[in-house]
Amino acid sequence: MSIVLQSPSRKASRVNAFIGRAFSRPSFVIGFAILALSIALALFPQLLAPYDPLAFDLSAIQQGPSLAHPFGTDNFGRDVLSRVIWAYRVDMQMAFFATIFALLIGVTVGAFVGYYGGIADTIFGRCVDAIITFPFLVLVIAIVAVLGPGLINMYVAITAVNWVYYARLTRAEIMAQKSNDYAAAGRVLGYSDRRIIFRHLLPNAISPIIVYWMTDMALAILLGSSLGYLGLGAQPPAAEWGVLIAEGRNFLLTAWWMSLMPGIAIVLTGLGFSLVGDALADLLRPKGR
Amino acid sequence: MSQIEKETVLDIRRLRTEFGLTERPLVAVDDVSFQVKAGEILGLVGESGSGKSITLRSILGIVRPRGRVKGEILWKGRDLVPLDEAALRRVRGREIAMIFQEPMSSLNPLLTVGLQISENLAAHTDLDAKARKARAVELLDMVGIPAARDRLGDYPHEFSGGMRQRVMIAIALASNPQLLLADEPTTALDVTIQDQILRLIQALSRDLGMAVILVTHDMGVVAETCDRVAVMYGGRLCETGPTADVIGDARHPYSLGLLRSIPRDVAPRTLLYSIPGAPPSLNALPAGCAFTARCPVAGPECRDVRPNLGTAGKNRQVACHHREQALIHFSAREAAQ
Amino acid sequence: MSQSIHQAATPLLAIRDLFMRFEKRRSLSDTLAGRPRQVVSALNGVDLDVMPAETLGIVGESGCGKSTLARCIAGLNRPTSGDIRFEGESVIDLKGARRRGYNKRVQMMFQDPYTSLNPRMTVRDTLREAITVHRMREGAGIDRRVDELLDLVRLPDGAADKYPHEFSGGQRQRIGIARALSLEPTCLVADELVSALDVSVQAQVVNLLLELQDSLGLTVLFVAHDLRLVRHVSHRVAVIYLGAIVEVGPSEALFSRPMHPYSQALLAAAPSLDPTARRRAPALSGELPSPLDIPPGCPFHVRCPHAAERCRQEKPALRPVGHGMTACHFAETIGGA
Repeated sequence: MSIVLQSPSRKASRVNAFIGRAFSRPSFVIGFAILALSIALALFPQLLAPYDPLAFDLSAIQQGPSLAHPFGTDNFGRDVLSRVIWAYRVDMQMAFFATIFALLIGVTVGAFVGYYGGIADTIFGRCVDAIITFPFLVLVIAIVAVLGPGLINMYVAITAVNWVYYARLTRAEIMAQKSNDYAAAGRVLGYSDRRIIFRHLLPNAISPIIVYWMTDMALAILLGSSLGYLGLGAQPPAAEWGVLIAEGRNFLLTAWWMSLMPGIAIVLTGLGFSLVGDALADLLRPKGR
Repeated sequence: MSQIEKETVLDIRRLRTEFGLTERPLVAVDDVSFQVKAGEILGLVGESGSGKSITLRSILGIVRPRGRVKGEILWKGRDLVPLDEAALRRVRGREIAMIFQEPMSSLNPLLTVGLQISENLAAHTDLDAKARKARAVELLDMVGIPAARDRLGDYPHEFSGGMRQRVMIAIALASNPQLLLADEPTTALDVTIQDQILRLIQALSRDLGMAVILVTHDMGVVAETCDRVAVMYGGRLCETGPTADVIGDARHPYSLGLLRSIPRDVAPRTLLYSIPGAPPSLNALPAGCAFTARCPVAGPECRDVRPNLGTAGKNRQVACHHREQALIHFSAREAAQ
Repeated sequence: MSQSIHQAATPLLAIRDLFMRFEKRRSLSDTLAGRPRQVVSALNGVDLDVMPAETLGIVGESGCGKSTLARCIAGLNRPTSGDIRFEGESVIDLKGARRRGYNKRVQMMFQDPYTSLNPRMTVRDTLREAITVHRMREGAGIDRRVDELLDLVRLPDGAADKYPHEFSGGQRQRIGIARALSLEPTCLVADELVSALDVSVQAQVVNLLLELQDSLGLTVLFVAHDLRLVRHVSHRVAVIYLGAIVEVGPSEALFSRPMHPYSQALLAAAPSLDPTARRRAPALSGELPSPLDIPPGCPFHVRCPHAAERCRQEKPALRPVGHGMTACHFAETIGGA
């Protein structure tokens, strides 16, 4: 009986060892801390934000940073810190939803065309070429313009373009893994194609995809904020970093904090994703022969 | 050529090459001493991790700066170990040349073969351009490349694996080296091509009086090509001697076992002798004999006390505490079969 | 035709006139210029019988098609034409459950110990998967079977829950053997099973294979380039050149008295452990022609020292000569039969 139990416990100890190695890297620790804080802010803004982000206070319009308002106030007297904190909810959601569907679709498509090749692969190649010839942002803006502004439409637009990048990456990884003899062994053992793709090839191909996903979430925040700034993403008065920066753009000289503070939040969160992504890239690299 | 005429050109004394931290070094080559005479082919045999390739690379200092080389490497009486990079470069490729297992990685894919030979000639001789071209054709001809003149303008990828190795040898010969270091030159080749290259190296050594150190893992290659052999295990020498003597009458338990694990003079489909376990990794070597863990005759002292390379008959050396037991062990096995 | 040697027994595997051609991708410029697609002929009409419970060695140089043949038999490649019959039934177009049923009987072991195991699965996961997919055992029987298999290939206790990178090359090949045996096959295809291993470890794996074959009554196709090993393990040997069998016969007869000039050259070129058998000239000159452009007539005639006009015109058929079959017009005179 003990033999049966051995396997999971050994796996658990490997997971522990992995976590141990991860947290011995300063870059991972910093990135992880930033992301943990970001997620906490996104989940519980009501507990952490000092003021109501939408409450006007006409007695305190465009006040500079102070003890009462560490990030200052905006042109309606709203507390910028509270607005930046509430914006975490929107922006972290953007990071996730603008990428997760692209990831799922792209990985599935990429895995199949990478494994089967042939005509499906050729057609896929043409599609990819067609989509990546357009600049990413231009294409997304065009799709949003057709669908109309708003968060959901923005997710649809980004996913419609972004899945291609995941599919391309997955295809290349699967093709590389497919040439290994363990894939051939799976075929000789009579395993189904689905089993070979999802149980054997994909787990070995997934690390770079996860790493890419991390950086892509950072990019999604930038993209979402850009669209918010242009008025195509989240709509005011909702707090979203791009929207916040846009609101402050007319007051850059008089009330610089209105744009700077959300800007710092973008950079910091992006940095968090990048640091974790980088550390994972190192950690997930398969151990040498 | 008689035995007396040959002079020792390379004399390696207590060579030690280590990598990594100074406090906890990985010793890849440990206390290795041997000599090579002019016109002689020495086979350096061992498995993965035996230190055979590192020994070869230490001679030319191409393990530096990551590796630290200690001991003496006397090239015609002059010690190469203390030389700086610039001084070494004058020896490298001129007096001592080297060829590798994978010629494609040491040839420049963007330059024609003629140009690469010519480059080496320009660096090491004072021939003019026309003479260099003539010499390049001569060299390609010498290494057995058909229609040499027409192939000067070809790029490395236009040659087959065997032909590329010939080109490598031609480039190495451009400077009239007196010592050729060959690092598994035929491992990537097929047997018929391997045979051609080995015969070529043999002929060149004989005709040019060039010394050769041939690193290989294949005892068969040694048997057919080398005059003398040095067997390495775990970074140390365990046995040296004339090829026929070592192969016909090995003394070290490792060489005895290795030779018996190759099918020879045994009935087909009978079990072969097999050395248990796997070659050790460099960070797990015992203080004593590196072969202790896999040795059938190891005693308690083997783990702790390093056996010295001691004389065992004419021109032969063996590093083992239990030579007699080893011979008895293996001859008893033979008798039992 | 090949039945003539084994008239008594019916072959387990009968391979008839097997061709395998790979079309190379045309570049755009080739397509525009209307150049035809280049075709690599990996197999060029292979005829071969594999008898139950025998070890059939398949030898040849790289690019001769021996691995392609192995992969066709295991069902990894679909031949362009010809037939493979297993117990009298064609297996080329098997699909789904019938393909699985065939592969349950015919398993394959691979050359590279580093890529042939899924690095993210423990040995137990790997073996359990094969056992459960084919419902070889149920419930607690699965883990008992895993332990049995590991015992069978002599892996130490506790190996089951380790990952491939925790094992040496030799141990990984044993895991590969265990995986193949988990389906309790009749026939094993071993594609260069030991050629990536250190010499001292090769013997361990070869011994294991010999023992398993005897105890389990397996049929083994031993594909390798090392003639010494093939000779040692095989009952019969087939020599393959440019995708066709040039000679097949009982191992000892073929090795002691090869009939085909290519077999003769291959044997002469293989490094022997006898230092007195040295040669100055290579056993075979020239190189393997490109499989893109196989010479007409006898494919070996461009390198053959005995080639006559007839060899350039007429492709010799595999026919009984001496103890086996040879594809040479002049086998009687050349082989001295």
